[in-house]
Amino acid sequence: MKEFGYLRAGSVAEAIEAVAADANAAYLGGGTNLVDLMRLGVAEPLRLVDISGLSNEITELEAGGLLVGAGVSNSDLAADLRVRRAYPMLSQALLSGASGQLRNVATVGGNLLQRTRCLYFQDTSKPCNKRVSGSGCPARSGIHRDLGILGTSSACVATHPSDMAVALAVLDARVLIDGPSGQRRLSLDDFYRLPADDPTRDTTLSHGELITAVELPPPSPLFRVSGYRKARDRASYAFAVGSVAAAIAVDDGSVTDVRLAFGAVAPRPWRARTAERLIRGGPATAAAYAAAVDVEFGAAEPLPDNAFKVPLSRNLAAALLAELAAVDEQGKRST
Amino acid sequence: MTSTPQLSQATSSAVHLSINDEPHVWDLDHRTSLLDALRDHLGLTGTKKGCDHGQCGACTILLDGRRANSCLLLAVAVQGREITTIEGIAGTDGALHPLQTAFLDRDAYQCGYCTPGQICSAIGVLDEAAQGWPSAVTPAGLAGADGPVVLDPAEVRERMAGNLCRCGAYANIVPAVLDVAGGAPDVDQSSPVGDQG
Repeated sequence: MKEFGYLRAGSVAEAIEAVAADANAAYLGGGTNLVDLMRLGVAEPLRLVDISGLSNEITELEAGGLLVGAGVSNSDLAADLRVRRAYPMLSQALLSGASGQLRNVATVGGNLLQRTRCLYFQDTSKPCNKRVSGSGCPARSGIHRDLGILGTSSACVATHPSDMAVALAVLDARVLIDGPSGQRRLSLDDFYRLPADDPTRDTTLSHGELITAVELPPPSPLFRVSGYRKARDRASYAFAVGSVAAAIAVDDGSVTDVRLAFGAVAPRPWRARTAERLIRGGPATAAAYAAAVDVEFGAAEPLPDNAFKVPLSRNLAAALLAELAAVDEQGKRST
Repeated sequence: MTSTPQLSQATSSAVHLSINDEPHVWDLDHRTSLLDALRDHLGLTGTKKGCDHGQCGACTILLDGRRANSCLLLAVAVQGREITTIEGIAGTDGALHPLQTAFLDRDAYQCGYCTPGQICSAIGVLDEAAQGWPSAVTPAGLAGADGPVVLDPAEVRERMAGNLCRCGAYANIVPAVLDVAGGAPDVDQSSPVGDQG
């Protein structure tokens, strides 16, 4: 690890001023990813501006919904009764990630900004276009079983590792950003970027910009029947090999509304709008869900060792949607 | 850098830490993890270094009463927080913490290297369950309920997943935690069972 200077910021404004003025400065939240990347030599900031303790409250918005401070821990967000009741998939996604120790320290903002767990990205003895632009990507012909099949490029096939962000994609959450040029409010589509020929930047944030909060929509009957399902290589404490967040509403055997997003298949949470369009208005059957997901993944460009993610994603989504639809048809949806 | 005099170029500074209710101050390189500060500067070697990447849980301590991996915490960043290590969980009279007793009674270790982290983590687990925090295995129908979570073996295994034991003492760790949780379905036990579940 390289030596670094340290400042505990007393306010968001002070933090932004300090980082914006220094090209080698970085924000430090919970540090569960950044400190590890620094230890690995992947991240080498020369100054850290500590923002922990800032923006760590969950407040109710006047128009309904929740404003979740970027410094709220993953544990506190998962445990919040309002979240557990109004957006069960969000609580489930958070609880499926990492360990209790990590969730207590990791923040919501840091969860969104965590870097890929691609082995080559984390190994400074190997080339990686995301770590060093233009250095090459050994993953395409090397170890890529866990990597992406949608939205990838010839330069990079890394996936975004967050579980939480998959649920946020279904919720159409907004990311609130403050920075030297003012404030912005972005959808996840506008917040994350695809790698194309510059995989070094995961998001559209510019240097000095800081996530201050995540905005959750007003509670709705749709989101109350939602869930998150994750496939991984061991029963707990592992990154997803495939995952899905979904919400569905059914009336008399027909789907009246549906939201669907996939994790572990793309450089960002993959909101499956094509599949949603096909499922909406159709029969509430696992076969119909599976067929729609197959169309969504028609755009997939799998590599030899991760083509299994297409059927895995299809099966995860069809099973979860069928389970949620059954709950809805039995009238268990709370009002 | 001209507009931000507070952001020091210094790469070390005086770090004030509160550990097991005692204040300490050292001049520390900012790179020093809380784990290394505990072990190398204070001699509190009960907290163990396993992977140093947040993957094994051997370094688990309590930060303001919540379990955390001390290897991923920078000492400089936890100033002002209350840190409790395995050395600080027994009573002031020297009486062992109920989890320490339960681990002894259940022989919940082999080499013992992961044990301090397991016990600190279990303290966090019991507190989280008492606060009603659900886990990934809590049935969806119960996850929205208010009130404490009753722990069973599946809940303990899930909640303790961040602590690896390479000897494989899990089979005894789970009952040890359940002994203290008071939700142990295992009737073949000699230790007292509480009723807090």
